[in-house]
Amino acid sequence: MTRLRLRNSLFVVCVLTFLLVTSFVKFAPRASAAGQANTENNEKSLQAFRGVASVLTSPRCLNCHSSNDGPLQGDDNHAHAMNVKRGVDGKGSAALRCFACHQTENGMALHSPPGAADWQLPPPKMPMAWKGLSIGELCRTLKDPAKNGNRSLQDLIPHMDTSLVRWAWNPGPGRTVPPLSHDEFVSRLKEWIDAGAACPE
Amino acid sequence: METSRFTVNGKPVELEVDPSTPLLWALREQLGLTGTKFGCGMALCGACTVHVDGNAVRSCVTPVKAVAGKRITTIEGLSSDRSHPVQKAWLEVQVPQCGYCQPGQMMSAAALLAVNANPSDRDIDDAMAGNLCRCGTYARIRKAIHMAAELARSAK
Repeated sequence: MTRLRLRNSLFVVCVLTFLLVTSFVKFAPRASAAGQANTENNEKSLQAFRGVASVLTSPRCLNCHSSNDGPLQGDDNHAHAMNVKRGVDGKGSAALRCFACHQTENGMALHSPPGAADWQLPPPKMPMAWKGLSIGELCRTLKDPAKNGNRSLQDLIPHMDTSLVRWAWNPGPGRTVPPLSHDEFVSRLKEWIDAGAACPE
Repeated sequence: METSRFTVNGKPVELEVDPSTPLLWALREQLGLTGTKFGCGMALCGACTVHVDGNAVRSCVTPVKAVAGKRITTIEGLSSDRSHPVQKAWLEVQVPQCGYCQPGQMMSAAALLAVNANPSDRDIDDAMAGNLCRCGTYARIRKAIHMAAELARSAK
């Protein structure tokens, strides 16, 4: 009786082992392929973000996405002349509003005020400050609606097409432009989002 | 040349000028309102400050086409009888030294007081930082703005 029970138990163990081994053999390649695809997508997304970050950290973007209580100027990101302040709405202080000097188009003389429609900084409640962030921190800030102006990842795309953002590629005399063209920049942004919006460490 | 229409010191004006002409030139050359001064021509000094729809702007970099249909106020239009609190305070404190920058200073001060009836020293510094004075009358300017604010409040 005992021998019979032992034989039955051995049979059950063998069947279970067989099933386990065959299921592993059957599914392991698929899981491994999925893992490989994820890794490739992740790398593609990270690579795309490096391009995005090269634009976001250019002086044309950083000078308004500053962590100061006012804008910066120049390729060396120095404080804006005249102690210009962000103000309660990001459009300057009373009697020294951004539009006091910045028109809807660039001044053509060297060192004259640049201009675009809706010239402003991010408001103090949502300063979207990028200066001093690592590329990973920048990435996570860009993805976080609490820090990016309540935008979804898809909402970021139209923002990059506003006249103020586009100004970075037409900044007037004496100012450098971002390292990628606007089309390349938007294309990398979409690529980053489509591939899962991965962020560097 | 195009016809530009806007209001200056309460009066409608119609000018035949190139639309890119700086408002400063239209005011001084076409309309003879020479109280507004040319300083740097690049919005760096504030001497040319006027009000456009009540906001302080630098008229040297503001093209005429940008003010179509808008209300312009120059130093001549601040009041017709020197009764604006800023004018009264400026006289009382004897703010100017050479005086060249003062029309711009007064226009910025008036714009500040229009939105802030009781500005702190910091508010004043923030608002007036774009108006330079080579004579260094900043301390008197700040004192006069406090006085103008008090005059305006007591007149209500």
